Amino acid sequence: MSWKQFTYLLPMTLDEAVALLAEHGPEARVLAGGTDLVLRMKSGQWRPGCVVNIKRIPGLDKIRFDPASGLRLGTLVTAADLARSELVQTHYPILAQGAGGMASMQIRNLATIGGNLCNAAPSADLAPPLIALEGSAVVVGPDGQRRVPLDEFFLGPGQTALAPGELLVAVEVPAPRPGRAAIYLKNSPRRAMDIAVVGVAVALTRPHQPAPRPDRRCEDVRVVLGAVAPTPLRARRAEALLRGQEINEERIAETARMAAQEAQPIDDVRGSAWYRRRMVELLVRRALLQLTEGNVPQ
Amino acid sequence: MKYPITLTVNCEQYKLGVAPHRTLLDVLRNDLELRGTNRGCDSGDCGACTVLMTRPGDESGRAITSCMVLAVDADGADITTIEGLARNGQLHPLQQAFVEHGAVQCGFCTPGMILTAVALLKENPHPTQAEVRAGLAGNLCRCTGYAKIVEAVLAASAHPVAEATR
Repeated sequence: MSWKQFTYLLPMTLDEAVALLAEHGPEARVLAGGTDLVLRMKSGQWRPGCVVNIKRIPGLDKIRFDPASGLRLGTLVTAADLARSELVQTHYPILAQGAGGMASMQIRNLATIGGNLCNAAPSADLAPPLIALEGSAVVVGPDGQRRVPLDEFFLGPGQTALAPGELLVAVEVPAPRPGRAAIYLKNSPRRAMDIAVVGVAVALTRPHQPAPRPDRRCEDVRVVLGAVAPTPLRARRAEALLRGQEINEERIAETARMAAQEAQPIDDVRGSAWYRRRMVELLVRRALLQLTEGNVPQ
Repeated sequence: MKYPITLTVNCEQYKLGVAPHRTLLDVLRNDLELRGTNRGCDSGDCGACTVLMTRPGDESGRAITSCMVLAVDADGADITTIEGLARNGQLHPLQQAFVEHGAVQCGFCTPGMILTAVALLKENPHPTQAEVRAGLAGNLCRCTGYAKIVEAVLAASAHPVAEATR
């Protein structure tokens, strides 16, 4: 069947969308920003029998923040919205940073958080920062609503924990934690219009204590690697080396080496496995040094 | 199967019936015969198909690659193409700046460059050179080497009336 033959469906409510997805099963594809879907349909890589456009469902494009409960990003929030949001820039700058480094202005204006996560590219720029901030996916399906921690959301390239008929409706990020700072470092040959060869997000929490004598102890840490495994990957053994410990250069170096060991990179056109592993070590070390020495907020 | 859609393009309203696989780019060029919007890579990399789009209830005048948008999905949107920038025979300040600075050679990328620059200056009226370059990262030009394009955008930003469209 040519991609030219598909049914276009335009649900006006979440219930209607879920019913359509359940009814059409694997034949259906969700249309959000379209930057992946439309291209894959043009190339013939995907040939869905029907396309369910979720853009008319009210509320899915909202950014909501509450100092107590945290951030809720509707699935249709675009990368541009995220990069520009003052709320996000103030309370979760790592998310604005990840979104602002994606593709081009034109694509950031179309591409959505939901699409970036559900397409489950190992290199997706929003995944490592959201996992570092302990985000979770809010999923609605025929059996109601459930939450999936984002570090359990990705199962493989293009594969997520979404069951047939389920829709990602939002991403939730807990309230900013005092003493936590986070950073996303992306390695790619070009500064724009390029996907990550390696992406590293680190969130480091230290006991909240005002300058000039910041506490050197690591209360908690998340080290999340992008583009070096079939899914965005938490370097849990690296995290364990640092958690609860005094932060010094030696321990940072040890943590970075462990993260490089935990990576499972492949050779491809963008970089060799060897290079990627070296870059993981470098970027994790750089991220931890910047978070410890520098003044990176949140 | 055709689906009825309404598009407002350069202030004119059109009611059309389109097959669901057709892109906004295709409809602009072939149904509305607005051929200033160019089809380059057809995959969002080159920016030649950039137009400004305002969806109902959304922020106005977002620059988007029209090759990546299904026409059915643009139903209800307000679109500005390069044909809609000039007012009463007067070029838009960015168009004028492109002419004055020699930022046009073969012209294929120009409509996309100018519309992207309109969106950029609306968001950031006085960008640095680095910000202009970053803003135009999604627009490829194979003639000019970009220097004159960047100069033109910077010149237009210094202009008192780099007034954004609608």
